Amino acid sequence: MGQALARAAQWTSAKGGSGGKLEFTKLNEDLLNSVMKFVDGFGTKYPDEAKLIFKSPLTWKTSLRPEKMTGGYTEKGEDIVSSQTSEKDGHPMLTLHKVSSNEYSVSVLSLEFCENVLRMAGDQKLMEVRSCLEANRDPGAKMLGDRFATVEGDDNSIYRFIEEITKEIEQLAKQDGGSHGEVEEKKLQLKLQLQINRLDQQLLQQSIQQITRDVRLTPAMVDGEVSILKQLSGRDENKHVLESIQFWGDGYVFQNGCRAQPWRQLHGDISYIAVKPHDTSLVFVTANTSGYYCNQGPTNVGELDYTKQGDSYRELVTLIKEKSPKFAEMIENQEFALKSKDQDDPMAVQKMEKHDRDDDDYREKAHDKSFGRETTKDSDKQKKTQKKKKLEPSTRWKALGMEEYKEGEQEKKFAKKKKVPSRMRNKTPNDAEDSFSESSSESEEEEEAVERRSETNADLPSEYWQIQKLVKYLKGGNQTATIIALCSMRDFNLAQETCQLAIRDVGGLEVLINLLDTEEIKCKIGSLKILKEISRNTQIRRAIADLGGLQTMVKILREADKDLKCLAAETIANVAKFRRARRTVRHHGGIKKLVGLLDCATGQQTSEMEKDVQVARCGAQALWSCSKSKKNKEAMRKAGAIPLLAKLLKSTHEDMLIPVVGTLQECASEPSYCLAIRTEGMIEDLVKNLKSADPELQMHCAAAIFKCAEEKETRDLVRQFGGLDPLVLLLQKNDNKELLAAATGAIWKCAITTENVQRFQELKTIDLLVVLLNDQPEEVLVNVVGALGELAKEMPNRNQIRKAGGISPLVNLLTGTNQALLVNVTKAVGQCAEEQENMVIIDRLDGVRLLWSLLKNQNPDVQASAAWAICPCIENAKDAGEMVRSFVGGLELIVSLLKSEHKEVLASVCAAIANIAKDEENLAVITDHGVVPMLARLTNTTDDKLRRHLAEAIARCCNWGNNRVAFGREGAVAPLVRYLKSSDENVHRSTARALFQLSKHPENCITMHEAGVVQPLMKMVGSSDEDLQEAAAGCIGNIRRLALANEKARYS
Amino acid sequence: MPAKSKKNFGIKRQEMAHKADHLCKMKNCHFSKQEVERLLQLFKEFTKAVNTEIKRGKGGIDRSKFRDILHQHFDMTDDVLMDKVFRAFDLDNDGYVSEEEWVLGMSVFLKGTIEEQARFCFGVYSMRGEDGYISREEMYLLLKNCLVQHQQEEDAEEMQKDLVELALKKMDVDHDGRVSVEDYTKAVAQDKLLMEALGPCLPNSKCRDGFLELVADEKHKQRF
Repeated sequence: MGQALARAAQWTSAKGGSGGKLEFTKLNEDLLNSVMKFVDGFGTKYPDEAKLIFKSPLTWKTSLRPEKMTGGYTEKGEDIVSSQTSEKDGHPMLTLHKVSSNEYSVSVLSLEFCENVLRMAGDQKLMEVRSCLEANRDPGAKMLGDRFATVEGDDNSIYRFIEEITKEIEQLAKQDGGSHGEVEEKKLQLKLQLQINRLDQQLLQQSIQQITRDVRLTPAMVDGEVSILKQLSGRDENKHVLESIQFWGDGYVFQNGCRAQPWRQLHGDISYIAVKPHDTSLVFVTANTSGYYCNQGPTNVGELDYTKQGDSYRELVTLIKEKSPKFAEMIENQEFALKSKDQDDPMAVQKMEKHDRDDDDYREKAHDKSFGRETTKDSDKQKKTQKKKKLEPSTRWKALGMEEYKEGEQEKKFAKKKKVPSRMRNKTPNDAEDSFSESSSESEEEEEAVERRSETNADLPSEYWQIQKLVKYLKGGNQTATIIALCSMRDFNLAQETCQLAIRDVGGLEVLINLLDTEEIKCKIGSLKILKEISRNTQIRRAIADLGGLQTMVKILREADKDLKCLAAETIANVAKFRRARRTVRHHGGIKKLVGLLDCATGQQTSEMEKDVQVARCGAQALWSCSKSKKNKEAMRKAGAIPLLAKLLKSTHEDMLIPVVGTLQECASEPSYCLAIRTEGMIEDLVKNLKSADPELQMHCAAAIFKCAEEKETRDLVRQFGGLDPLVLLLQKNDNKELLAAATGAIWKCAITTENVQRFQELKTIDLLVVLLNDQPEEVLVNVVGALGELAKEMPNRNQIRKAGGISPLVNLLTGTNQALLVNVTKAVGQCAEEQENMVIIDRLDGVRLLWSLLKNQNPDVQASAAWAICPCIENAKDAGEMVRSFVGGLELIVSLLKSEHKEVLASVCAAIANIAKDEENLAVITDHGVVPMLARLTNTTDDKLRRHLAEAIARCCNWGNNRVAFGREGAVAPLVRYLKSSDENVHRSTARALFQLSKHPENCITMHEAGVVQPLMKMVGSSDEDLQEAAAGCIGNIRRLALANEKARYS
Repeated sequence: MPAKSKKNFGIKRQEMAHKADHLCKMKNCHFSKQEVERLLQLFKEFTKAVNTEIKRGKGGIDRSKFRDILHQHFDMTDDVLMDKVFRAFDLDNDGYVSEEEWVLGMSVFLKGTIEEQARFCFGVYSMRGEDGYISREEMYLLLKNCLVQHQQEEDAEEMQKDLVELALKKMDVDHDGRVSVEDYTKAVAQDKLLMEALGPCLPNSKCRDGFLELVADEKHKQRF
């Protein structure tokens, strides 16, 4: 117990030579109590150890008086001694020694007698232990000898003791085989030491627990508490808990978060708070690390009188409660606001939002700073929107009814409101899940199923009890009763969440799923009819999957009864809306069976065949749900789903077509399906169904075309089957955003083919698309802008975009944050910038600056497409050089992008640099920024696109100072020569140009010649491309001239 | 009727064909002529033991034989219900199922439309056939054995009554506290599962298909 005493116990500092005292604290008291318990009853638990004689007696000043000593004690002079003496030297086991008239000290030689002392001390026990430990700081050492003393930092692990003692025992045994007693004693010592060690550990642990419970205040905690109370304060006595609360002092916050003056911080003060409750005068509170307490308030001098007044409190609220009864009453009413978790949440959200906004502001500032100009119109606008945003409370805050505060009746309304939103959230979960945008990703709807159940039975609706009764019949009835119960259950509104959850909560799901395992077809049908309905609920879905319902339903797919198959497939369709369920279906061979259901004869309709068609429809529905998983798509393909789907696609029934097209649309994210959809001739049917009257079907068809039209052949087929016209017609469905997104997506992809662009031109698609640039959700915008970008590759379309007023909304979109959208917008703006007239508008709207700032985006795709877009801007802008220079830090930024790891970024930046370098001043600046070595480092690439633009950039950069020499020095020349072996004509042209520029420096000519440049260049002189011809010839000319000069020098 | 032609096999055959022809042309018969012939043969087979009575021009399959048939071919076990099914077959209430009753009964039993079968079931459940009503009390008797008797008595009683109320609520379309044949057919039309709501009295699909196969089996025919 030495460790615990030395470390954990709180000692007063040693005063007057008497050694330290144990402080009177809770911690020490607990320690003493544990020690007391240890000693008390030790003799009965471990009689042998208790009798072990200490090496030296434990002596302390005691409150024991001789008259209390009873039984077995004799007087011996002034002392009272026990009759029992130690065996070794005859010392009495216990001695009560009179120090002075009123002071006695006691010496004890074994734990047994320690126990006796405590027993005799009666209610003074604790005092005895205290003084014993105070007198013997390391009782272990005295009891068992100095070698067991607690030494700070010493390795006093118990193992060493064991080792030592066993060694000693062995030695003893060897020395004189007989002295049994000593060995026994050693063993006892060891045992006692083990006991004491254990106590020590217990004590330490105990004190650690104590200490951790005693958390100290931090500045952040104080700030938090004050700011919460601040929000609840105000003038109105009936609504606000406090009149005011604020920090006292000059408001300076030190770096450590404290507000108190540094010399007070030494005393643990964090800050001072002035609280004005409604019913009392100002209260001044000191927030100390040890807690909150009142101080005496300010003195005349303007300083606080820091003297502590009254108790310390852990929470500010508790303290104010003590001071102000009015506050106590109010805070009781508002208790939920401070304690309930819900309430805390929005608080955090708001803080975070604020944080975000701050970030935005910061970014904005940085942006302004780096580009030098005064705040422009656009950023003004941006700021305005931000300001607008700031004024609105967070929507969640609203939803949780925080605003009710101002309206009184907090509790009641709050309680009501709290329930409503969460229920609404759960009510139509499948709508969200089926949404178009998340179709291909898998992880999406592993959404947290929010567990929400009424706590008390009193709240349960009557349906709950009725359903419970029905479930009882299901459990305890024969087939007839079961059927009646199943039919009755369907009379409830199973679309209602209360009923759905009631069935689950009374254990109905288990029974329903068990029924699926019986032989009774009717029971199975009845059960599935219910499961089908209630599985629209996400929680029920999970529960069904957890209970193994999917496996059984997959088994049912094998049965002969068609109704049964239909129902099972439909239920699977509902349940398989989340990933784990889809996996389960696949693992149990469900995909194969579902695909098997698709096989039905179409054409002449008998009632039997009609049923087959129904089965196929249900199968398609289930496959649709399953096809959201990638592996399932693969499994479906292997099971031969594609030709069957193709056959079903010929159907004329919308309820059949929707799941079929939905499945195809879902699967089209896989290239193998895209190919199959084309080769199986499904494009024609998809196009046909674009003209359907059902918007959902149209949507899925358009989405399927969107995904498939990545292939050129598919795009051609869409045109040949006349699919472009209906697609353009769909652009007018402004109210159906999903449909719009799918249609615009399809148009975007189709517009990649030039023939399609012509048709779109005839259909005046541009005008329609430009209209869609305003007020659309991002999913639609991405596709609209993508389509415009593709269409703008044709010159007349670029002009058409301008005439339709599309430039300005496009440029405005450059300020967005959606990465996919930014990629498309930059592309579209870049295409538009090819026209001089467009460029004027873009320039006026400060579009180039916006593009430039996108170079700072983290997404390399955005960076690259922004850089590509910058190229035509520089080419076509008036005073491009001046404009570029005006972007302070812009040139440095673009040069630094040459460090990027993405090929596309590098290529685009090289292209931009080539354009920038046309302006001599700018070239000078980028040269200063070290563009030459950076370009030279890139020359070893094998990527043709990068090579082409890199060579172009090098060619342009040669025009300044001694850049040519620098390129040669950096070793850029030899790799460039290798570019001539590339198969790409474009690479040849730009490389030839670069070599021509470089060859103006003789050293470079030599390098080139050595690298074998002449032969490929000779070939290129014969090229039909005049540019290439000229550059190659120029380069050869330079080399030749050098050779001639050289020769001349030699001969002269 | 077959009494006179007993010795003459050819005449007997002819007569049977004639009869079959007559029966299969009745509008509530769903069997083809061949199937009817086969059914009549089965009828003969079933009544071989009690042939003497048929000689007298009346009789046919009696109650116990009919029960055997139901048990053997249609997996029915509930004696009470089987008796009720017998009574539903035995249209003239003479204690025997005649040839005509047999064929027409089987037609509904195996191939009936939903409405026909619903009427048949109603006839089985109702004391007085299709003209009567199923009252609460009758329903109670029919559903008496539906629940596993492991709860305490009074609770079980309560549950029985509740079950009757549930069934009544489902089937009593006109809300007059009893179920008429119209109520019943309407309820069944709405929810096919209610067809045998008060106890199994129709063959399950497996038995039905098995028996129909027996009827349609050409090779089998040669043996007789």
